[in-house]
Amino acid sequence: MSAEHLVARGMSKSYGGVRALKDVTFTAYRGKVNVLVGENGAGKSTLMKILSGAEQPTAGEILLDGEAVRLAGPRDAMARGIGIIHQELSLFPNLSIAENMFAGRELRQARRFVDGKEQRRRTRAVLRRLGQDRLDPDTLAGDLPIGQQQLVEIGRALLEDVRVLIMDEPTSALSNHEVDVLFEVMADLRAHDVTVIYISHKLDEFRRIGDHVTVLRDGSVVAHESMDRTDTGWIVRQMVGRDPDTLFTRNSSPTGDVLLEVRNLTVPGPVRPLVDDVSLTVRAGEVVGVYGLMGAGRTELVECLMGMRKASAGEVRIKSRVEREGTVRARLAAGLALVPEDRQRDGLVQTMSVRDNILLATIGRLTRAGLLRGGVEQRTAKSKVDELAIRMPGLAATVTALSGGNQQKVVLARALLTEPDVLLLDEPTRGIDVGAKGQIATLMAALAAEGFGVLFISSELAEVVAMADRVLVMARGRVTAEFTAANVTEEALVAASASDSVLEAS
Amino acid sequence: MTETIAPAPAPTRPEPAGPRNPALARAALLLLQGRTLVVLVLLVAFFSAISSEYLTQSNLILMTKHVAINAILAIGVTFVILTGGIDLSVGSIAGLASMIAGGLLFTGLALPGGTLFFSVAVVILVGILVGALVGAVNGLLITRFRVAPFIATLGMLYVARGVGQLRSDGGTFPDLSGTPERGNQGFHVIGVDSWLGIPVAVWIMVVVAAAAVVVTTKTPFGRRVYSVGGNERAAVLSGIRVNRIKIAVYVISGCCAALAGLLLTSELGAAYPDTATTYELNAIAAAVLGGTALSGGRGTIIGTVMGAFVIGFLSDGLVLVGVSTFWQSVVKGAVIIFAVITEQAQQRLQSSLARRTA
Repeated sequence: MSAEHLVARGMSKSYGGVRALKDVTFTAYRGKVNVLVGENGAGKSTLMKILSGAEQPTAGEILLDGEAVRLAGPRDAMARGIGIIHQELSLFPNLSIAENMFAGRELRQARRFVDGKEQRRRTRAVLRRLGQDRLDPDTLAGDLPIGQQQLVEIGRALLEDVRVLIMDEPTSALSNHEVDVLFEVMADLRAHDVTVIYISHKLDEFRRIGDHVTVLRDGSVVAHESMDRTDTGWIVRQMVGRDPDTLFTRNSSPTGDVLLEVRNLTVPGPVRPLVDDVSLTVRAGEVVGVYGLMGAGRTELVECLMGMRKASAGEVRIKSRVEREGTVRARLAAGLALVPEDRQRDGLVQTMSVRDNILLATIGRLTRAGLLRGGVEQRTAKSKVDELAIRMPGLAATVTALSGGNQQKVVLARALLTEPDVLLLDEPTRGIDVGAKGQIATLMAALAAEGFGVLFISSELAEVVAMADRVLVMARGRVTAEFTAANVTEEALVAASASDSVLEAS
Repeated sequence: MTETIAPAPAPTRPEPAGPRNPALARAALLLLQGRTLVVLVLLVAFFSAISSEYLTQSNLILMTKHVAINAILAIGVTFVILTGGIDLSVGSIAGLASMIAGGLLFTGLALPGGTLFFSVAVVILVGILVGALVGAVNGLLITRFRVAPFIATLGMLYVARGVGQLRSDGGTFPDLSGTPERGNQGFHVIGVDSWLGIPVAVWIMVVVAAAAVVVTTKTPFGRRVYSVGGNERAAVLSGIRVNRIKIAVYVISGCCAALAGLLLTSELGAAYPDTATTYELNAIAAAVLGGTALSGGRGTIIGTVMGAFVIGFLSDGLVLVGVSTFWQSVVKGAVIIFAVITEQAQQRLQSSLARRTA
């Protein structure tokens, strides 16, 4: 058996007139972790779709064990031992873990009835392999935190006899502990000669696990290297074509008045308060980071600030005025705007155009005699598109035609149009690539310089440390520590976030 | 550190992927987008080839008048469907408005001091207000009490029909022409009379449709209706008062239904409790035929009106050429299903043309 397990040779793929892949040759080595990196729009997902049979290339061929194959569809790919774990979860929340694992390929008893017992047994075995011994196979998938749902998804792929496993950003929802477990599983797969193709944005993570790295940029392969011959800086330079030190722009604007003051805010939860007695301030010109693990109450905090959840106690002051109403409209009017974590679920109206999405929150301001004015709409949307450098086919294109980073900017543009004083950004860099992250960081610094207050949530240590003037750490709904840019370290953040966390204990 | 730039190009082998010919795909898309119009033209061509009476001025006017009532119902329902809801009660609301208006014209309002009669304008207004009220109840059930739209309006289908029957104890108000001394003559104007050779009912449809087009495309309210159906959570986060929008669309639907009921009653010259029974299905069919997605967020008023024309011209054409009513049902149902299939094809083609993934 040759070392080259799966080779995509001379791949090209066009959508309409757009060339997503230009003559790409990608090699996945047997029993290795082959990392694929690149900015959004670089062509990673397209390549993965072709390798998993979901799309057909416009030109080029796929060699599996040196033999040219045609992957007619995902089932065909699966039959040849190529499995894929998608970034977006595709579990049935109303079914149990075991039922999810065997969805569509249920085990049969006497070739008729579903063999629930055997399914549970095998599910338990897979969960054990994933370090989730305590998880009951009968738990509904919808009741699991996102991280464990992701592990179930990975478990699904492990059930099959995969020879090539494609993983598209599998760690984006995982806690540090869960990432460790996943990496152990990957090491185990590697030991069994399974070839892993791993797509990730997290430099420090894939450097830990990867054997080979291939960098895509603008639909072409710009570099292919064995991981031990690279360093982080080199990879980032290949991806974005410039130096990483300039990537995260730190805000350095002088701070002004207190724009947002939160006192003793509490959001009730089923077991314990989701947000427990939180107090914080955000000043004009300040970028405040909120670090914490999944389930620490960060999202609940900003959702409550935005009026999407009711507080049971506490007070929110915006520009020294107490905002009591607590509805989304009132908070928007008072000067808060939220860019949500899950842009597909909470941010975008998928059926609408880029322009209509950008204008959605402020559409009532663009009328004369009650009627919308097309020209004003067009100009308003265009100005934000230019300001945020949103790349798109056109303002009238549906928003789903944009890449993740550009979709994120659309949601940000909508928030900015409401002329907020304080911007709340929930994981603004989640699922977007290094270059776009840098852009978001620059944007946040620029906004602070303009006098906005910025409160952002992040799960990435390097990002929080590099971008925030002040960092609050949350665990179990409480603020457990506060650092300034001068005294923050990654170690201190981890310690503060884990000190009081139920998640880390499991 | 070495960098291997993209290796030498391998021999390219064209493979079928996505739309084979973008230009052809675009043309097909255009055809699919305008399919309701295409179908309408084909229908007219087909029936006029079979029957010389089909494409005459008088028949066209008659058919359009039939279309008007369903079109008005369907326009109201389109608002609801755009938010991702459904309104099954419009037929019953039309019937209820018919009975309320008919009762006011025929027996008047019985008060302790005697019976009160109102002018036709007031009667029509009251009828429409009844529709608005029932729509508001639908909206409140769906927003405040979180009843699924299907269930809430299904319940209302029975309730409104029952209340209409209670109004007359199941009987018919046979004469709505009014008398001079009661000052309530002229109800026939909206359903029977013509203006400039075109039935007043058709003019009303044109006005309602034009207003609905303006509201859906040119007002913030219209944009919000689409956003609620497209992604309710995103709408909430954009500060849109989703519950208000939802109540408003059911009120609009109720008003349209009541108006349609009044037109029908005027045309018949009598109000009976079974007026417009099952018309809700025709209305929903027209909306769907016109490209309105039942999942919400997608659709146009023009499309719905075209859908109503297709259904009306098809039914009348089948009658004209003497097809049995049983076969009429079969054909109508098949056309609706076919419409949804082509809608799916359009969505697929559209997304395959628009997609630019990374």
